[in-house]
Amino acid sequence: MIKYILALRDWIDARFPLMEEWNKHVGQYYAPKNFNFWYYFGVLSMLVLVIQIVTGIWLTMNYKPAADLAFSSVEYIMRDVEWGWWIRYMHSTGASAFFIVVYLHMYRAMLYGSYKKPRELVWLIGMLIYFTLMGEAFFGYLLPWGQMSYWGAQVIISLFGALPIIGDDLSLWIRGDFVVSDVTLNRFFALHVIALPLVLCGLVVAHILALHEVGSNNPDGIEIKEHKDENGIPLDGIPFHPYYTVKDTVGVVIFMILFVSVVFFWPEMNGYFLEHANFVPADPLKTPEHIAPVWYFTPFYAILRAVPDQLGGVIAMGLATVLFCFLPWLDRSKVKSIRYRGTKYKLALTAFTISFVALGWLGMQPATPFFTMLARGFSVIYFLFFLLMPFYTSTDNDKPVPDRVRV
Amino acid sequence: MRIYILLTVLLFNSGWLFAAEGEMLYEFSPDLTDQQALQRGARTFVNYCQTCHSASYMRYNRMGEDLGIPDDVLLENFMFGTDKVGDTMEIAMSAEDGEKYFGIAPPDLSVTARARGAEWLYNYLMTFYLDPAKPTGVNNLVFRDVAMPHVLWELQGWQSAVYHEETGEDGELVRTIDHLEITSEPASKPQAYQGESYEQTVSDLVNFMVYLGEPIQLKRKSYGVWVILYLVFLLVIVYFLKKEYWKDVY
Repeated sequence: MIKYILALRDWIDARFPLMEEWNKHVGQYYAPKNFNFWYYFGVLSMLVLVIQIVTGIWLTMNYKPAADLAFSSVEYIMRDVEWGWWIRYMHSTGASAFFIVVYLHMYRAMLYGSYKKPRELVWLIGMLIYFTLMGEAFFGYLLPWGQMSYWGAQVIISLFGALPIIGDDLSLWIRGDFVVSDVTLNRFFALHVIALPLVLCGLVVAHILALHEVGSNNPDGIEIKEHKDENGIPLDGIPFHPYYTVKDTVGVVIFMILFVSVVFFWPEMNGYFLEHANFVPADPLKTPEHIAPVWYFTPFYAILRAVPDQLGGVIAMGLATVLFCFLPWLDRSKVKSIRYRGTKYKLALTAFTISFVALGWLGMQPATPFFTMLARGFSVIYFLFFLLMPFYTSTDNDKPVPDRVRV
Repeated sequence: MRIYILLTVLLFNSGWLFAAEGEMLYEFSPDLTDQQALQRGARTFVNYCQTCHSASYMRYNRMGEDLGIPDDVLLENFMFGTDKVGDTMEIAMSAEDGEKYFGIAPPDLSVTARARGAEWLYNYLMTFYLDPAKPTGVNNLVFRDVAMPHVLWELQGWQSAVYHEETGEDGELVRTIDHLEITSEPASKPQAYQGESYEQTVSDLVNFMVYLGEPIQLKRKSYGVWVILYLVFLLVIVYFLKKEYWKDVY
């Protein structure tokens, strides 16, 4: 039996670089041996992407992208399709889980300086993935055609209208109508199930190719390729397979326990994953009392509302997401990992973390004068983290970095 | 310009522009473990609510299966508009007629419990009170100026509001509703529904509506227990597999 399998492998290998690619990316890809908790979120992002694609395919089998059918087709899936409720909850929980793991994955890069040279492109491609993911989530959120779907889309598309000169035409072009309508739903469906998933998959491949070209960073922020044995293998590296395949499997199972706990026990997550108001069918004539985006957009929504000027708010919100792209060049420290960083960066990152979480909470609250003041304060800290970075990182009291990784 | 007005309204005024509706007088958390209570709730629903409100996403036989109601009982006691147990719970009244009668078409109630929450529904059904200013003669503490009449009045009787008067800071008299009490005017003689208290009837009805919002929730959690047990078992295996492989790293 083994003989035939090996013969098949050799047959393919003579025609396709099967073993070569396997070894390059898995079997002989040498990863630092000191990965910690934070290094699970890359593989978990891929896992959630697969969950979303597979459950998404099954959802489209019964979902109807039409204004008069969309809401009831979702309820049809929830009630009449065999295990349809499970597929739908996997997908709706997956949307939030995607952002949780991606935010933690990005935060890991900020903790250990993974965006720094030579990994700038890995980081930039990752940012493109993040932007695509935001688009994917936004388009997908319209599809259940509930009140929050409808009015959330109405608000976000209107934001483009705040741009000078082209604004009105641009938002009209996105909507395809003067208000969010059946036309909008149809095109969002097309973008959500075909266009953006294709882009997402392509970018994920590019992200991994770029990573494997330069090699993985690690919690010590030390380049393991600088210390190799006589065979050219990094002394602190271990082959991805089997070491990290078995280790990641443990992380995957723990993640799945948490994930299915939400799916089976708290699918609405108290209104954070499935908003209560979205169980009311979309009504173009009735604006809901309180429009709030889903939790993963709320930090940026809080920044948008914090700026008194409309156009200024839109620009600030855009900037708040785009600024991450400049991290490799804003950060002037010679040290990558937080373990060897000085006091200034540690304080700055702490202030940024608190601001991001606080803005996320404020984005869900009504914009009372007090909350708006708070949001302004945290927005200023948020932007200062980036804008002052060249100064505080170049003058920081960084510690000396050892040659070899600690385990 | 229009965009700016829309944005201003949506972003900056949402929430506090609309005064918060009344506070909840009653605490309520749903309990779906009592199948007989759910059956009683279903009975109240089809007899009272379903006169004007549909539950278009719910099929009679699904309800029967989940709540232990055989088809013949369904046909006899729960279905008044159709004789096919696989039909969804529709009403005879058209949306146009509904709008003509009430000013607004009565909404479908399939997922209302998920949108409003069980506690809100309980308070809504408990706090209708006489208000001569309204066309229906009643108002509601949690749904101000609601278009729906007090359909369950013959079970509860009529309530009237007892006001609390206070002189505000600017010297103006502020009248707020302190509580509601059952009144004897007009001819208010509550007839208990088959010997139950009104609270019991409403509680059963709300529990049923919570079930109606998501029928699978009766079984969902018990599936979850098995899935998690399997994953925990798998975790033990993959944990020792990892430990075995990583022996030679440390």
